Amino acid sequence: GVKGGSWTVLQLVEALGSCLENTDPRTRGRGIQLLSQVLLQCYSLLQEKEVLHLVLFYENRLQDHHLVIPSVLQGLRALSMCDVLSPGLAVSVLKAIFQEVHVQSLLQLDRHTVYSIITNFMGTREEELKGLGADFTFGFIQVMDGEKDPRNLLVAFQIVRDLIAKNYTLGPFVEELFEVTSCYFPIDFSPPPNDPHGIQREDLILSLRAVLASTPQFAEFLLPLLIEKMDSDLQSAKLDSLQTLTACCAIYGQKELQEFLPSLWSSLRREVFQTASEKVEAECLATLHALSACLSRSVLSSDTEDLLDSFLSSILQDCRHHLCEPDMKLVWPSAKLLQAAAGASLRAYHRVTSNVLPLLLEQYTKHPQSSQRRTILEMLLGFLELQQKWGHMEEDESSLLSLRAPVCSVVFSALSDPSVQLQLVGIRALTVLGSLQGFLSPSNLELVVDHLIHLALREEDSQSSEAAMEAAGSLAPIYPDVFSGRMVPRLEEELQSEREEESCSLQQRCLQALAAVSTHTSIVRETVPVLLQRLRKVQKGSEARNARDVVSVCQSLHRVALQCQQDAEGCWYYHQAVVPCLLAMALQAAMQESTHPLLGKALLEEEVLAAMVPVISAATTHLSPELAAQSVSHIVPLFLDGEVSFLPQNSFPCSFQPFEDGECLEAQRRLVALLMAFVCSLPRSVAIPQQDRLLRELLALSCSCNCPFTATTAAKCFAGLVNKHQAGQQLDEILQLAVNRMEPGLAEGPRRTQALTLLLWVTKALVLRYHPLSTRLTDKLLDLLGDMELGPAAADGFSLLMAESPDVLHKGCHADVRIMFRQRFFTDNVPKLVQGFHAAGPDVKANYLKGLSHVLNHLPKPVLVTELPTLLSLLLEALSCSDCVVQLSTLSCLQPLLLEAPQIMSLHVDTLVTKFLSLTSSPTMAVRIAALRCAHALTSLPTTVLLPYKARVIRALAKPLDDKKRLVRKEAVAARGEWFLLGSPGR
Amino acid sequence: GPGSGAPLENANPLIYRRSGERPVTAREEDDELPDSIDDREIFDISVFLNPVHLIRSINDPEHPLTLEELNVVEQVRVKVNDAESTVAVEFTPTIPHCSMATLIGLSIKVKLIRSLPERFKLDVHITPGTHASEHAVNKQLADKERVAAALENSHLLEVVNQCLSARS
Repeated sequence: GVKGGSWTVLQLVEALGSCLENTDPRTRGRGIQLLSQVLLQCYSLLQEKEVLHLVLFYENRLQDHHLVIPSVLQGLRALSMCDVLSPGLAVSVLKAIFQEVHVQSLLQLDRHTVYSIITNFMGTREEELKGLGADFTFGFIQVMDGEKDPRNLLVAFQIVRDLIAKNYTLGPFVEELFEVTSCYFPIDFSPPPNDPHGIQREDLILSLRAVLASTPQFAEFLLPLLIEKMDSDLQSAKLDSLQTLTACCAIYGQKELQEFLPSLWSSLRREVFQTASEKVEAECLATLHALSACLSRSVLSSDTEDLLDSFLSSILQDCRHHLCEPDMKLVWPSAKLLQAAAGASLRAYHRVTSNVLPLLLEQYTKHPQSSQRRTILEMLLGFLELQQKWGHMEEDESSLLSLRAPVCSVVFSALSDPSVQLQLVGIRALTVLGSLQGFLSPSNLELVVDHLIHLALREEDSQSSEAAMEAAGSLAPIYPDVFSGRMVPRLEEELQSEREEESCSLQQRCLQALAAVSTHTSIVRETVPVLLQRLRKVQKGSEARNARDVVSVCQSLHRVALQCQQDAEGCWYYHQAVVPCLLAMALQAAMQESTHPLLGKALLEEEVLAAMVPVISAATTHLSPELAAQSVSHIVPLFLDGEVSFLPQNSFPCSFQPFEDGECLEAQRRLVALLMAFVCSLPRSVAIPQQDRLLRELLALSCSCNCPFTATTAAKCFAGLVNKHQAGQQLDEILQLAVNRMEPGLAEGPRRTQALTLLLWVTKALVLRYHPLSTRLTDKLLDLLGDMELGPAAADGFSLLMAESPDVLHKGCHADVRIMFRQRFFTDNVPKLVQGFHAAGPDVKANYLKGLSHVLNHLPKPVLVTELPTLLSLLLEALSCSDCVVQLSTLSCLQPLLLEAPQIMSLHVDTLVTKFLSLTSSPTMAVRIAALRCAHALTSLPTTVLLPYKARVIRALAKPLDDKKRLVRKEAVAARGEWFLLGSPGR
Repeated sequence: GPGSGAPLENANPLIYRRSGERPVTAREEDDELPDSIDDREIFDISVFLNPVHLIRSINDPEHPLTLEELNVVEQVRVKVNDAESTVAVEFTPTIPHCSMATLIGLSIKVKLIRSLPERFKLDVHITPGTHASEHAVNKQLADKERVAAALENSHLLEVVNQCLSARS
């Protein structure tokens, strides 16, 4: 009634009159409760005058019987939300509450109501409340004193934060306010199980921290508390203290910290020196960093002491001497403390490094052993890395620049040390020095490049060699001229020097180094011609070595392509330089093959073509659509019509007709792999000329070709294009055509395998994009699982459908891939697989299990764990299947399930133990390993379930301890060890 | 943990680098070729022990130094002969009066008993000249019955098992 306007509140009050004045407190309570409920519904409709009367009424009622109070508070809460509350009323309500109500003897909900009233008033009547001065603060302190409920604490902490943040007068009550909140520190609360309120310990910790670290006024009370709690036995208390201190440093200054710095430092030092917990160490270091930053920030007046300076002096005094003992435990904690302090500001950095760097340089010379030098250089490196933060160095004040000569000499000595570990640190140091602008002089730089060349090519250890190449790659963009002028020619020279067999690995290293250093456009323009020249040279000839060499060059070219993808200009240069050149070379080889079939050509071998595919693909994926269109207008006519004019060498002995029939064109047809690499990597927006004709040719080739490599490649190329093809009639037609060719091919005849390959790739293309036809094709594939001849291949095909293929139909080459396709495929097809399995004859049952295990294996783990229990009985059956692929994938499905759903798995413990133990003697090593891992994972089931099996398992696991393969023994040791501990004291 | 509060036995001990995970070779991945049990394999098993309960200066259970970092077990002091089925492990207590020497030896021994094929004959002893009561400890470790009796003691078994629990 009141809500609708037909009743006024006064009428309601009058109607309730007898009830509100009843002498029985229960009846009065019910009356007030009703009134309060009404007010909560329609406080926004009240008139100013009504509010005034109601407030007076309710204030008065606060003195009433305790049974009535909860309803009174509800009413006041409703009124505290009224916009039309007259000035002065808020203060009067609060005063009445502070005076009349002993809040902490109320129930949780009623206390919460009081906090809500205060919060509401603070939100809308800030000025009036501030008029109360420190009385308000004092009133609130009394309200929250003794609060125990986490829900209320969250609200109360928020009120304290607002008191401070909005500058309410704290007056003489700072310490009381601190006491009433800090008594909860450190938070020791764990939510009850099944807590419906969802308050986490972390919520309380953060909320309290925000209070404690909200004002420097608390510093004198808080800092001693934090110092005390840092020494706590509880790690959580330590961490909380450290994090709170770090938060305080953001608002404190010298004044607050001064008195406590010696104790803070000694606590931090004690923790870092003693703890082996990385968490505690990391927090201590973060806190020290914050302290140093805080002291660095403070403005110095002329008459005060520079606290930063004296603080850093004490750190140096306590840590410095440990740096001279590179074999002792405290060397690293000391170095980390110094680095944490130094990293806070440029001033701190100079103060610390001017002292420490000369010491480290001296220590390096004093300690002759490689392992000691490595530790010292690693520490030096840590300080050099900090310098990177400050960017460029200024000549006059940089302590580092004055140490250029000794630093370089130490780093160079590490690079020529026989210890690989020391070399590796030296290389990292070199990378850092190079990134400091202006640190390395031109003559230093030449020496750097010489060292890198030497390590990259001559160092026996591959780690050092690789690290040197990486370093060259990261320094090259900073000094492109030095690297293209000094390193590239040296590499080219080494590559051409024809030394015999032994230099084979040198050649490899040269190729890798050329690729690694190609991280700047100007260098790419130097290295790509060298690599292509090399390719021309090694492709002549048919020996296995030639093929291997071509593959190596292709790998280097691929790496260069990846490195210049992000740079539009470099990418186009690369595409134009490399793609036509590769095509021309391959064409040349294919035509020579057509005329002289006996000269086997390295370039035409499957592994070589397969190595060229990623090069062309990487050179294409990042092209802009305009440039890609330009390129596609050359390459498609090349394959469809033999248009060779755009190729660099374009005089060929015969014409290029890869889609024509004829025995002698076999070699030309293999080059469809290169077409696939290009055309399937184009951005989706690029139109492909004569696409329909191209698709028909590819389809025909995939069905009719006898060479499996060519047929598969054609099928993949077809699928890659179909996946990106715009939906519509044209696509439907070409798909219909494909189905028409596939179905008879699958039914019978000599090319059933080719037809299956085509089916698999087209299905994949359509499954990825959720095309409606994919269901029909998948059903076809499911049918084939029952086929005696094609069944096993169809089963393996499920792996192809689910896995990411490396060359086509993945996101990187702009394929249309829906993110949830695997889950969708699972939901649609697993029931059919299960059904098929039950209906199938004994000869082909394994095919269904294999298909199923491929699908499960590619499913994301969390999905797997939720879905697996329904398939459990089937999986247990699959463990008895003799196919080792099925065994392996079933074991790898079961292992996470054992860890994450131990309750469900406990029901089958008998079967699991028996099967796992029997598979530990499988002839296949991978199965033995997986079975032992499962036997190990079994130990996460409840101990009582396992104990009856303990003796049997331990006995059975003795056998794989003597397995002939080390990797199996390792798993057996781990599994058996865990089983021994089951139910033993001390586990 | 043990030792907290009390003065540390050695707050700044010498430490040694971990040798890192053993890299898997192509040969090891080959299903057919057998791999013999070698020194490194036994070393890896021995250093897997969780030394929290053995070395008193380490008082944080989360990231203890390993027996390798403390140089208690070194690969050069592990000798295996797969063909003759013998394993000998020498261990070096952190200080000559280390009160935990027997327990360290016992833990290594139990770990090896549980991890090696039965055909092996085990010999676990202190590196000569590195402990005050070297002979007494060695004698105890070599005596099968005394080892068995020690493991009947549930308190001792508890400590040994704690050392044998996975480290992480």
